[in-house]
Amino acid sequence: MTGVVVVGAGESGVRAAFALRERGFDGSITLLSAEVVLPYERPPLSKGIAAEPVLIRQCAAYEQANITLRLAVAVDVIRAEEHLLELSTGEMLGFTQLLLTTGAKARLFPALAACLTLRTDMDAEIIFSRLQPSTKLGIIGGGFIGLELAAVASARGVDVTVYEAGSRLLGRAVPAEIASLVRARHEAQGVRFCLAAAVAKANGSSVMLDDGSVEVFDTVVAGVGSEPNTGLARAAGLAVDNGIQVDGAFRTSHTDVFAAGDCCNFDWRGKRLRLESWRAAQDQGEHVAAAMLGEDAAYDKVPWFWSEQYELNLQVAGLFNLDRPVFSRETNNDCRIVFQCDESGALQAAAGMGPGLAMAKDIRIFEKLIERRVAVDAMQLADPSQNLKRLLKTA
Amino acid sequence: MAEWVDACATSDIEEEDVIRFDSGSRTFIIVRDHEDNYYCSDGICTHENVHLADGLVIECSIECPKHSSIFDMKSGEVETPPACEDLHTYPTKVEGGRVLVEI
Repeated sequence: MTGVVVVGAGESGVRAAFALRERGFDGSITLLSAEVVLPYERPPLSKGIAAEPVLIRQCAAYEQANITLRLAVAVDVIRAEEHLLELSTGEMLGFTQLLLTTGAKARLFPALAACLTLRTDMDAEIIFSRLQPSTKLGIIGGGFIGLELAAVASARGVDVTVYEAGSRLLGRAVPAEIASLVRARHEAQGVRFCLAAAVAKANGSSVMLDDGSVEVFDTVVAGVGSEPNTGLARAAGLAVDNGIQVDGAFRTSHTDVFAAGDCCNFDWRGKRLRLESWRAAQDQGEHVAAAMLGEDAAYDKVPWFWSEQYELNLQVAGLFNLDRPVFSRETNNDCRIVFQCDESGALQAAAGMGPGLAMAKDIRIFEKLIERRVAVDAMQLADPSQNLKRLLKTA
Repeated sequence: MAEWVDACATSDIEEEDVIRFDSGSRTFIIVRDHEDNYYCSDGICTHENVHLADGLVIECSIECPKHSSIFDMKSGEVETPPACEDLHTYPTKVEGGRVLVEI
């Protein structure tokens, strides 16, 4: 009997396990999770939404799909040539094919080692239990996790200061126009920003800048990016370079070992990418399941992610080249879409922001245009009187 | 007991689009597809608490505006996860330029 073992039960691993079954795989599927709770969704953690974790699938679904879910079991060693795993329980577990969906962990520079981070449901529980009205929270990093946490905390009456090393917020992900709208919304809520901040050192209760000034807080959380969990893969001799290297089938340098989600580094439209994205984790889980069953298809899903801060939603499709010019489409319902074309005139990326989900339809249409890789008329797209769906149909 | 309720005028919905329709404490969506068929279903995505009326309609499917689950409006079936549960759909009919739904 053939058996698949999936290491890591986040969005990608769970999606892949179920996709294998949906595609008719009838061998054994074992899903290993080092965490003690049922696999849950991570995006809600920084949005302060749920007291209980939001489960990816209910417990019974694993049983129904005949997927053996083992919690609190880590893999110590991959013996790829022998098709064996050494588990933290002391057992050996064999596999025909192995899927690594080990995700990413919060990156912590040595100077920030004593700060809290937000990555797991336990992290969230610790942080949110400390956010009482009028306590002081320091956040290092003006990226998505830091800003989502700032929004939840300030809405609860917490006094929030955000330190960002860059000259503006969200410097890696979205155009300046969108970032300044985000900043204005936070400032209206009383969040303080310290931009171009050179944090020399920080711990759970203070932040020291490189000019020697020290600010004292009740809690300090660092959200300065993540790094892929590649230790197991590296030790097993798999190719690793900013993530576990995979080919178009999400196969690693070993023919029976695959990787998907935040931990992998893959090829997309001729570029090597590693994404930290809930949607990509699902898409790749789906794709790798098909590939493991021998289907041959290129991966061409457009990167997409979203954020929620206060009443605002932000959705981004595609990847911006932040050195190139952008266009803006402003609609009458307070929504703004900023987009960009590549050298050939094809749409490359679009970011939409507005209250609620009013811009979601429009961003989806932009995403479909990005998928098609055809030249677009940027002036028409920027004109709010133009019906986007009509433009999509004629593109 | 289900009863026929006047939801909207056929012209209230653009081709391949959706509107929200509330009745009592319940919320629904009315979808007009690319061939002028009208469909009605529950208005909240089965995955998370999100109004589907903000979603994009392509032909006869609607996509959740938040996490992109796609549902077939004819049957309510999930076409694309993350949703795992189908949408509940309700019968519709068009009479005298009005869309009626049996809810």
